[in-house]
Order: sequence, then C-alpha cells, then structure tokens
Amino acid sequence: MRKILIVEAKLHLREWPSLAFTVGLPVALLLILGLSIPVMTEPDPAFGGERPVDTQMPAMMIMLALLTLSCTVLPGALAAYREQGVLRRMSATPVHPARLLAAQLVVNVVVGVVSTALLITLALLVFDARPPASWPGFVLVFLLGTAALLAVGLVIASLAPGGRAASGIGSLVMFPLMFLGGMWLPRELMPDALRTVSDYSLSGPFAQALRDTWAGHAPQPAHLAVLAAGLLLFGGLATRLFRWE
Amino acid sequence: MKAIEVRNLRKRYPNHLAVDDVSFEVAEGEIFGILGPNGAGKTTTVECVAGLRPFDGGSVRVAGLDPREDRDALRRVLGVQLQSAALPEKIKVWEALDLYASFYPDPADWRELLDQVGLGGKRDTAFKQLSGGQRQRLSVALALVGRPRVAVLDELTTGLDPQARRDTWELVERVRDSGVTILLVTHFMEEAERLCDRVALIDAGKVAATGTPSGLVAQAGGAQRLRFRPTAPVDEAALLALPEVTEVTVHGDQVVVTGAGNLAHAVTLALAGAGIVPGDLRVEQATLDDAFLTLTGRTLS
Repeated sequence: MRKILIVEAKLHLREWPSLAFTVGLPVALLLILGLSIPVMTEPDPAFGGERPVDTQMPAMMIMLALLTLSCTVLPGALAAYREQGVLRRMSATPVHPARLLAAQLVVNVVVGVVSTALLITLALLVFDARPPASWPGFVLVFLLGTAALLAVGLVIASLAPGGRAASGIGSLVMFPLMFLGGMWLPRELMPDALRTVSDYSLSGPFAQALRDTWAGHAPQPAHLAVLAAGLLLFGGLATRLFRWE
Repeated sequence: MKAIEVRNLRKRYPNHLAVDDVSFEVAEGEIFGILGPNGAGKTTTVECVAGLRPFDGGSVRVAGLDPREDRDALRRVLGVQLQSAALPEKIKVWEALDLYASFYPDPADWRELLDQVGLGGKRDTAFKQLSGGQRQRLSVALALVGRPRVAVLDELTTGLDPQARRDTWELVERVRDSGVTILLVTHFMEEAERLCDRVALIDAGKVAATGTPSGLVAQAGGAQRLRFRPTAPVDEAALLALPEVTEVTVHGDQVVVTGAGNLAHAVTLALAGAGIVPGDLRVEQATLDDAFLTLTGRTLS
C-alpha cells in the first residue's frame, strides 16, 4: 500500500495543471481579490460586521479547491484508469485495484488539506484574519464535507465512460455547486428561495458550516445532516455503480 | 500435474455465446498456442483461465487451482499480459516494475528483468513515451515480475513491426527456457508455428483441433505444392502414378504438382529419369492457415 501511495502521489504531482487549479488558483484568487478590491478588507454589515476576507473569501476558496478535486480531478483520474485498463490490469495481480482507488482518495484529500492550510495561513498572515475559533468543529465539517464531495466524484467516475468525459461531467456538476455555495453571490445576499435551495445543496451547507465554525458559532445541525445524508447517498450509489472495467 | 486444464468451458455474454465448448491441457514448461480468427473466443477463454471473468460452464485448473475459488493463490502463480495498454500515462518504466513487484510475495529482481526485456535504457521513460514494441516488452516484464509458474500472453505482437515482432518472439523463447509455462493467444499463424509446442485451433467458440503445428498441418492433408517450368512436356499420368502425388495441373508452361510426403524428392527423381529439368522449381509447404481452412472452412485472417 505504501508503494501505491507513493506512486499515485508522484503521478498526481506530475499533473501540474491540476495542481494549478486546486492549489494555485484558490491561493492566487484570495491574494489578488483580497489585495486589489478595497471592500474585501472592509467590515461589511451584510456579513454581520465581518470583513469578506475573514471567513467568506477563504471558505469560498477552500470550497473551490475541494470541488475541483472531487468533481474533476478524482473522477478524471479514476475513469481514465478504468478506460486505459489500469484497474483491470491490477485485478490480475494479488492486489485488488480497490487499493488504487483508496490511494487516489488519500492523495486528493492530502492536496485538499494542503490547499486549505495554505489558504488559512495566508488569511492570517496577509489579511490578519482570526484562525478558526473552533478547531474540532472546523476539522469535523471539513472532513464531512470533503467526504461527501468525494463521494459525488466517485459517482461521476462510475457513470463516465472515460477520463475526458468524467472531467466534462464534473465541470457541469461543479459550477452549479460553486454558485449555490455562494462563490458569486454570498449566501447572505441570496433571495430566500435561492438560499433554501443552497441549504439543500452540498456546497451551501459545507461553505456555511466552514464559516460558522471558523467564526466560532456552532454549525447548524441541518447543514451537518445534509452533508451526512449526501455522504451516505452518494457513497452508497458509488459502491453500487462503480465498475472496475 | 498439468499446468493448465480446461474442460468444456462455456461463457455466454448477454447477446452472444463467446465460448461454446473449449477443452485443452497444457503441460508444464510448454508454449501452448490458442490460435483463431478475431472473435473466435480466444481472449474470453484466457480471461476465464486467468480468473478475470466468471464463466457459465465447465472447469478450469491452473497449477491445480480453481480460478473461481482460489483467486488469491492463482494470482500468485499466474502472470498476465493483457491486450490493451494498462498503465497510467506518466508512470516511469522503473516505477511500474517496482510497484508491480511489491504486489507479490517473492518477486523477481526487476532490474534484471528490465535488461532481459531490453528496456535497460528506458528505465526513466514515461509509459506514454514508449513505442508499441517497448510497451509490449514492459507488459511481458510486468507479467513475469511475480515469478509466475504460468504466463498468459494475449496478442503479444499485434500491431508491432516485423523486427519488434521477432525480438518479442525471442523474448518469449527465453522466458520458456527459464521454466515458465506459456499460454499464448494469437491470430498469427506464423507466430504459432514459430513459437508453440502445441496449439489449439479455435473457431466460433469451439476447439476445431489440437496438436503440434506440424501435426495439424499433416492432419489437414499436409499438402505440399511444387511449381516448376519443365524443359520438355511432362507425362502427367506418369507423375500421377507416383504414390506421393495427388494432383497435377498445367498452366501454360508451368506445372503444379500437389501431394504429400517426400513429394519434392519423388517428383524431381521421376523428372530426371525422363531427362527433364524442372526450371524455377519452388516448394510450397502447407501452413497452419491451410490447416485451419481445411478444418473449419474459414481463413484465419
């Protein structure tokens, strides 16, 4: 298992365009938007007196990184492995290709954690934001949300015939989720109906719960329930639908 | 114990019967060929043997193991080279071998293996950058890295140029010399004749015949043809009277004599007796292609 992990990590690092989107882009957006747009660093009544760079911006960038990883990078890699016969070839050895899938999940989670850690660090150092007030809550929300999104990615990998198709389908899933998460229209400014839809998408509760725990509030139980339900639903679907060849 | 025993194998896909009734045995240390046209059921047969596909009827034993019940044990004694490319594009040659070696309890030294398959200089090359022949040789190395007792090689030389094909054949012979039993799937008659100790001719999911390549050719009539331009008209009746000759035809100034046994010797001796010199003499041996045609009414390719 150690060798599979090392090789998968190396292969992931060789795909530099994917790293540019999952680490480079969120970090660059946080810095550029935060430093160039004055209102980003001014207290905003819409955010209860918080500055957008305190939790809204970093949470959006964390969501951007995790959505990209789970909706396009993971399904693209797994569907390509199936398309190219990598999974099938491995099933002819004493080691089941489920190990390869596990290694993919681990590598994607690690990249997500690295990206998130960088974003938090920059928010603290560059914008003088406060660190997450409730670390256990923040970590719990992060793990639950990441798991639910990765489960969605596994369903995409199950349905897509090949790597390119998987990335394409992933993009179609990813953009609505980014919108509902509040990427272009913060949840505070959404009309009530839209915010209700957002509450039942995976990205809305994820983003809100990240911000809540960051600011020191308890996450809303309904948000955690939606994330848990998403994990069970999509995880269950993926185990039923995933094909090794 | 036989290295491989397949009895009355049957495999139905939703829309067609891929393998109807296939039986064969492979002895330890043999190169056994499965020869047949595309779509005959060759690949499905070996996939069932390798435990990669469930089957509907019959039985399979590889080194005494049942692919359905002893999956794990089977995978430790069986090396597989599959038809399609099967590695991530950016994995380097050494990484692939090192990784696959880690899957087995007692792997071969992959550095030696790399030299044996002639890829010593490609250690750090990405899979995507390898030529077709290099990929096939890497695939063979991956099939051997677990020190298998039996190796399945499926359409090993399809798509390779003639030189790469010959290099790969030499590699297979070296593998056999190291004591590995080989099940070789091919639709190249020439490959089967060159490499295989015995072959099973498969057509439409059934075994049409099993035997040594030369035995099958003989069984199918073992026809040979002599073509020549005689310096004087030949006496057809006198040639037909020879026990080796079955047919004599004359096309213009060219004579074609068909027969079996020591045909060339008998005919040239008779011609010499009549004072005739056979000019442009050519001997054409029947091939497995001819045998396949005789046995099934179909050509291989």
